[in-house]
Amino acid sequence: MALEANLVAEFDQLAKNYPEKRAIMMLALHRLQDVRGWLSPEALEDLAAYLGMEPVEVFGVASFYPMYRLRPCGQHVVSICHNISCDLRGAQDIVAAVCEATGAPLHGTSPDGKFTVTTVECAGACANAPMFDLDGVYHEDLTPEKAKQIVRSVK
Amino acid sequence: MSQTERYLLTRANIEGAHQLAVAEKHGAYEALRKVLKEGIPYSTVIDEVKKSGLRGRGGAGFSTGMKWTFMPDPAKDPRPRYLAVNADESEPGTCKDRVIMQRDPHGFVEGVLLAAYAIRAQAAYIYVRGEYRLPHDRVKAAIEEARAKNLVGKNILGSDFSCEVYMHRGGGAYICGEETGLMESLEGKRGHPRPKPPFPAMFGLWGQPTTVNNVETVFNVPFIMNRGSAWFASLGTANSKGNFLCGISGHVNKPGVYEFSFGITAKEILEQHAGGMWKGRGLKAWFPGGSSCSLLKGADIDVVLDHDSLRTRGSSLGTAAMIMIDDHTSMARVMEIISRFYDHESCGQCSQCREGTQWLSQIFRRIAHGKGKADDVATLEALAKGMAPGKTICALSDAAAIPTLSAVRLFKDELIECVTRQADPLAVPQPHYAVAGGHH
Repeated sequence: MALEANLVAEFDQLAKNYPEKRAIMMLALHRLQDVRGWLSPEALEDLAAYLGMEPVEVFGVASFYPMYRLRPCGQHVVSICHNISCDLRGAQDIVAAVCEATGAPLHGTSPDGKFTVTTVECAGACANAPMFDLDGVYHEDLTPEKAKQIVRSVK
Repeated sequence: MSQTERYLLTRANIEGAHQLAVAEKHGAYEALRKVLKEGIPYSTVIDEVKKSGLRGRGGAGFSTGMKWTFMPDPAKDPRPRYLAVNADESEPGTCKDRVIMQRDPHGFVEGVLLAAYAIRAQAAYIYVRGEYRLPHDRVKAAIEEARAKNLVGKNILGSDFSCEVYMHRGGGAYICGEETGLMESLEGKRGHPRPKPPFPAMFGLWGQPTTVNNVETVFNVPFIMNRGSAWFASLGTANSKGNFLCGISGHVNKPGVYEFSFGITAKEILEQHAGGMWKGRGLKAWFPGGSSCSLLKGADIDVVLDHDSLRTRGSSLGTAAMIMIDDHTSMARVMEIISRFYDHESCGQCSQCREGTQWLSQIFRRIAHGKGKADDVATLEALAKGMAPGKTICALSDAAAIPTLSAVRLFKDELIECVTRQADPLAVPQPHYAVAGGHH
């Protein structure tokens, strides 16, 4: 499979913002992940072909950054901050609450495939700790109850 | 001087200020208009910022005006030149640039444009950490609004100044907040910091002259151009001028991002603004400027917040992100988390850092979990001394070593007690949850 036509058009446009085409890499990986759900070996090969690079070079970049998912994941991803400011205010209880409410083990996916739950290092919401990111949206000033409520309300 | 004069968040606190119409009504782009309409030369902008005493707000505290003068003279060096704005805010405890981007994106874009004007950059790239979607979207929308009004792009406001502003996103790697790691990432590579020299001003993005400035740093520039360097220099202390955004997090009643002039004491911030320590507890320890600076004890809360005063206490201002830790907390646990972070974030290029951060993390972890070995505390100290200062390409190794050395210095007895008892007396039972494999 090649890159989706709309992504090709989008990436061509983006590339005009940089003196080198390769500079769109980070943005392209994000978009490709949005569209396909995760970055499969095929997805990385498609992007490499578009950029005129070896697949291993693209893999080398993608594997450096924790936001790029190189394995399939659930329909929804909950990323719970467990760095210091969040830990001081009960991040571990949020992890337990989210795992309980979703049925997913930490760093794993729920049996129904609906949720992947993971921890992340400091997400820059320290003054509103504890927090998690659900599909790209921050939820802050959490309590275990509030955390459960939020994930349970996800359709 | 006045502790009450505020300017940084005035517009940010107005409802809807992320939209151009509202922002302009409240003064956005006035400084840019003034500079371009009056034809104020770029050298005057640099001089004003130099005279103002503005120092970078990204952690290092280097003179902004001075940094700009490192860019080569365009008459002698006609290469393309760039401004890279560091919006990768990822230092634990730090959450201030997010407030600026989310709530006053036009004020920020104006700062970007004035900084680009000062260094005569034809393009500015704003590198926002990937997790910051809303701040990213707000700034991106602001750029588009500004472009439609000829505030961004070719011949801005009819002047001969042209500058494109582009948004770029990171991928969740702390090391991309290091300026050369940021540039590598922006070029589409792994975020591996580059050895310096050559410095970015001579060999930056794509090998061209580049200046990297923090969000809050450039955000200050329009205020300086509007109100003058003398006004700016009247705020703050001898070597720390202006106001700063202070994030206060951890065990306090009212965590938040507050604006203060340098010179305020940490005690006043904690007690008058952050509502004091939670649950009526005492302050055991705190980081004054993010987790990469030395821990201070509770007794040091009387310190004045500025670059010089924190140095006299053996720590540093960093990003002015205060992380407050109460007296029920285990320092072994705190350091387990801090050291795990640097282990996770080391890019792996330098052995001292790649191996050192792993060792620190493993040792703090076993101490916190009652499995410490007899010489572990001494090993921590020896390891940290082997990791810094200045032994590696970038400062991440130092950033892991500095809090470690302070923890060993200030809380040696507590750490040793965890080892001798084979249990952490202050450990809080952790909730149980299953952990699956597959995390990379």
